[in-house]
Amino acid sequence: MNERKSAKSGSKMQLYDATPKHAALNRQIQDRIGQQLRAMYNDVVAQGIPDRFSELLKKLDEQVEDKNQAPQAEEER
Amino acid sequence: MANTRGSKDSERSVRDGILATLPSLRAFAISLSGNVDRADDLVQETLLRALANIDSFEPGTNLPAWLFTILRNLFRSEYRKRRREVEDNDGRFAETLKTHPEQNSRIEFEEFQQALAKLPADQREALILVGASGFSYEETAEICGCAVGTVKSRVNRARVKLAELLSIEGIDDFGPDQASRAVVAGSGR
Repeated sequence: MNERKSAKSGSKMQLYDATPKHAALNRQIQDRIGQQLRAMYNDVVAQGIPDRFSELLKKLDEQVEDKNQAPQAEEER
Repeated sequence: MANTRGSKDSERSVRDGILATLPSLRAFAISLSGNVDRADDLVQETLLRALANIDSFEPGTNLPAWLFTILRNLFRSEYRKRRREVEDNDGRFAETLKTHPEQNSRIEFEEFQQALAKLPADQREALILVGASGFSYEETAEICGCAVGTVKSRVNRARVKLAELLSIEGIDDFGPDQASRAVVAGSGR
């Protein structure tokens, strides 16, 4: 029902939907935008994690080790 | 159900899950802010907050959504503070990326990134979460704290606005021909 409503109110925003030809064009443009967006995003994902994060995590691990050596107050069953 | 031994194991698995989500979280931060240094600060702050609040995460619920929510909220509160500052897209983002054959050219890519930066923040985040991070409309609604219908309309508007900003009049203008023209035109810079 939401979809129906937004499709209706969205009709003003569809710039290229006036004719079937434009609708196809619109789809192509949107596909292209989607591709660009994913290419950009996936490129960053593929870069992995910069060194600063590995170093930070190492430091945090050391802190956790220290903490775990102290007796834990938390008792739960 | 919860016991001390189990909670330690689950904390470890949550921690591993956080690590596995970091690259995507960083891609979200960079796409949102357009600024690599700022994005890495955001990711670091998110990481610290998540680890500090690891107990408040309910195992079995959506870990990526939890992390993206933290980062999104940090970005938005920072964004409100920075509102009066001019666009601080540092241009380094595009430089860090390899040029993909399917991207046609770095110029085209830079244009895309600049157009993305011009979208209102609520539209930009919705588009990235749905279109690149792979979240459903429902998850995105949860992350952004709004209704599913609102997410749909923001994504819709973002797409229309992007097409407009990129001055796409026909698909040919957005294809390889245009890209090679842009490369030729841009090579003189």
